[in-house]
Amino acid sequence: MFTYYLRLAAISLKRNRILTALMVAAIALGIGMSMTSMTVLHMMGSNPLSYKDEQVRRVQLDNWDINEPWDEDYPTEPPDLMTYQDANNLVNAHKAEHEAAFFPNVLPLEPEKREIKPYMVEALFTTAGFFPIFEPPFRYGTGWTPAEDRSAARVAVIDAETNDKLFGGENSVGRKVRLGGEDFTIVGVLAKWRPTPRVYHVANDAFDDPQSVFVPFSFGIEKKLNSNSNNSCYKDSEPGYEGLLASDCIWIDMWVQVKDEADAQRYLGFLNDYVNEQKKSGRFARPLNNRVYSVSEFLEAQRVVGRDVRTQVWLAFAFFAVCLINTVGLLLAKFMGKAPEIGLRRAVGASKPAVFAQYLTESGLVGIAGGLLGLVLTGLGLLALRKLYAGTSIERLAELDWVMVGLSLLIALTASLIAGLYPTWRACQVQPATQLKTQ
Amino acid sequence: MEFRPILNALMRNKTGLLLIALQVAITLAIVCNSVFIILQRIEKVNRPSGMDEKALFTITSLGFAQDFDLRGSLRQDLEALRSIPGVIDATTINSVPLSNGGWSEGISTLPESVPEDQRKNTPTAIYILDDHGVNTLGAHLVAGRNFTADDVSYRSRDDKGTPNSVIVTQALADQLYPDGNALGKPVYSGLGGKGSSSTIVGVLERLQAPWVGWDKVEHAMLVPQYQIGEFDSSARYLVRTEASRRDEIMKEAERKLGEINTGRIVRGLRSVEEVRGDSYRQDRAMTVVLTTVIFSLLAVTGLGIVGMVSFWVTRRVKQIGTRRALGARRFDIRRYFMVENVIVVGVGIVIGLLLTYGFNLWLMKHYELPRLAWYYAPLGALTVLMLGQLAVFGPATRASRVSPAVATRTV
Repeated sequence: MFTYYLRLAAISLKRNRILTALMVAAIALGIGMSMTSMTVLHMMGSNPLSYKDEQVRRVQLDNWDINEPWDEDYPTEPPDLMTYQDANNLVNAHKAEHEAAFFPNVLPLEPEKREIKPYMVEALFTTAGFFPIFEPPFRYGTGWTPAEDRSAARVAVIDAETNDKLFGGENSVGRKVRLGGEDFTIVGVLAKWRPTPRVYHVANDAFDDPQSVFVPFSFGIEKKLNSNSNNSCYKDSEPGYEGLLASDCIWIDMWVQVKDEADAQRYLGFLNDYVNEQKKSGRFARPLNNRVYSVSEFLEAQRVVGRDVRTQVWLAFAFFAVCLINTVGLLLAKFMGKAPEIGLRRAVGASKPAVFAQYLTESGLVGIAGGLLGLVLTGLGLLALRKLYAGTSIERLAELDWVMVGLSLLIALTASLIAGLYPTWRACQVQPATQLKTQ
Repeated sequence: MEFRPILNALMRNKTGLLLIALQVAITLAIVCNSVFIILQRIEKVNRPSGMDEKALFTITSLGFAQDFDLRGSLRQDLEALRSIPGVIDATTINSVPLSNGGWSEGISTLPESVPEDQRKNTPTAIYILDDHGVNTLGAHLVAGRNFTADDVSYRSRDDKGTPNSVIVTQALADQLYPDGNALGKPVYSGLGGKGSSSTIVGVLERLQAPWVGWDKVEHAMLVPQYQIGEFDSSARYLVRTEASRRDEIMKEAERKLGEINTGRIVRGLRSVEEVRGDSYRQDRAMTVVLTTVIFSLLAVTGLGIVGMVSFWVTRRVKQIGTRRALGARRFDIRRYFMVENVIVVGVGIVIGLLLTYGFNLWLMKHYELPRLAWYYAPLGALTVLMLGQLAVFGPATRASRVSPAVATRTV
């Protein structure tokens, strides 16, 4: 029966080509517009660490100015970064399974091969906990140990691209790389890794690539480096690097790994005790306001999804709504135009459900056609977005994945069936008798 | 006028009326607010930055050799850059305006001894450059004097070298000293040692901060210093050229710096036009996206009206034929459909005005956008009204060509 309805629907759609084309075009445009913006939102809003959301926790302490909050627009939020002394104390206390304290900066890299010129690499100065917490995939070797952190060992983990460049992609574990004028032993080589967004450090640009080399945090301190990302102070620090380390300036990202929610609460208790202890020495003038955000809470608090993208999604769906209303109108016009035909079929014995199934099939067919065309438009739209945002991180987000392809078709079909419901229902109300009378 | 009969006929087809009116309403709301956002973005992108953008480029040097001498390197590099034919001037600078990365400080007209809550810090961007800085930027001094070579000191983390003189933008001067005589007055900042002050020696007409989205984008303060050995041995240069020769001089500058000293890395060669392009890319992309939405929406709504009216015409062929047979002119038939469209679109506009202001309120709340200027809604309404008339014209004309003879046929 269904194939029969399909055939009838195809015939009917062919009969009034302009109306059909208008309906398909409307759905296609709506799908194209909303799926294009949804894809970007979908990529921005994803959480690559969702599988361990409970375990990975962002640690934030409120050490800010008693007179004004860290963020005037969100006065209840504590600062997102940490001071050196707090990060150092928390790592040394080791009250979680793993601790990662880190900051980014650049280092000159001098390759052994003379034919490659020295160049600057983006480096992450981190404690050993980074690797078990964020689980970057290793091609060769592993991360380093907390013991190597304490001795500021010259060990490094390099990413796949750097390994390709310096060692032609070979297993370079155990070999040397010259960073910042010193020789480092490579202990690990990462496989391709591109968490989107870059959850562990979302400042400046949450969709940037991870750093190319990873070296111990303690080395960065020894080199008297600070972050080339954000540094904020609410009051002057004492002169010199020692002054910075002892100050209330914040510049370090801090994460820990705990077992579960209960363990996270226990860790928060520890943090509160720590801050209360620090209050005795005159620091932390503000009321207790510490956080152990899960990854998703952190991404939300940092408002990783851009405002423009949110606006575009809202607009796209409003646009889609217009396209659907349009389709309802056109379907209604079309089905009511066939009232005599419906009347005839009903008169010769077609039941209401049969007429209903028939016209819903026709609506669905319009939806599928619109969805397929909409997919093509989505592809074009993403291509255009990539061009528009060339050079920014949004460029990379404008990629269609299979989830979105499936979703587009599903939405197109569902939407067209919903759009077809009312016109179909009206078609079923056609009285056989009245139609036959005018014939 | 057949206003009443049209209304009566419409009332018998409420669904069709409602469907078109709803489309028109949403279209009106989106178009008004989108145009508003677009114009705001265009205004933002076109703000003057206060510098000679087309003639400027930047380049960075980063020493890595253990014995790298930044002071010597700075002198050598600046001399080399300034001696390239076609170069107007060059300076060191800590960050490039519009580049989205830089240094901001809270500064005050009161010394540090005054309690924190009474000092009223004013935030400003800090540009650290030398006595060639103002000329290199191509900024205009409206009062006071430029820096001289004697003003320029060295600055490292351990020796903060309080700047004696600073130049501020007009906007910052007005904020600090609202009575209008900032020249010669002190500024207290965290730039120098504790309790130190600097004197305002000059006022620039305009210079933007590095952050294009900042609400204090015209707050900038120039500090005459060479930054050395802060945490690394890097230096950023800004070079102003004859605008027509910028691209060739960029290559020449990169080559020359690379030759002078091999114990460092030369990188980050970028024209300020590129820098500006990157900073405003999202804003420009947003205007393109919104423009596309507006035109697609108008097209969809317009075509929807065409489709619906065509259908109504087909259904009413017999009625039209009868009217024609009874003496209605073609003009009357066309007018019927056009008046009908005005009524339908009018209903849409009424709903749409509510939506427009609702949407605007939402934007104001979540995006700190100002209130929609009063003329957007009437202009938008006029636009959709005209769109409706345009869309209905074709089908209405077709309706007017229906022959009176149709009335005499049975179907």
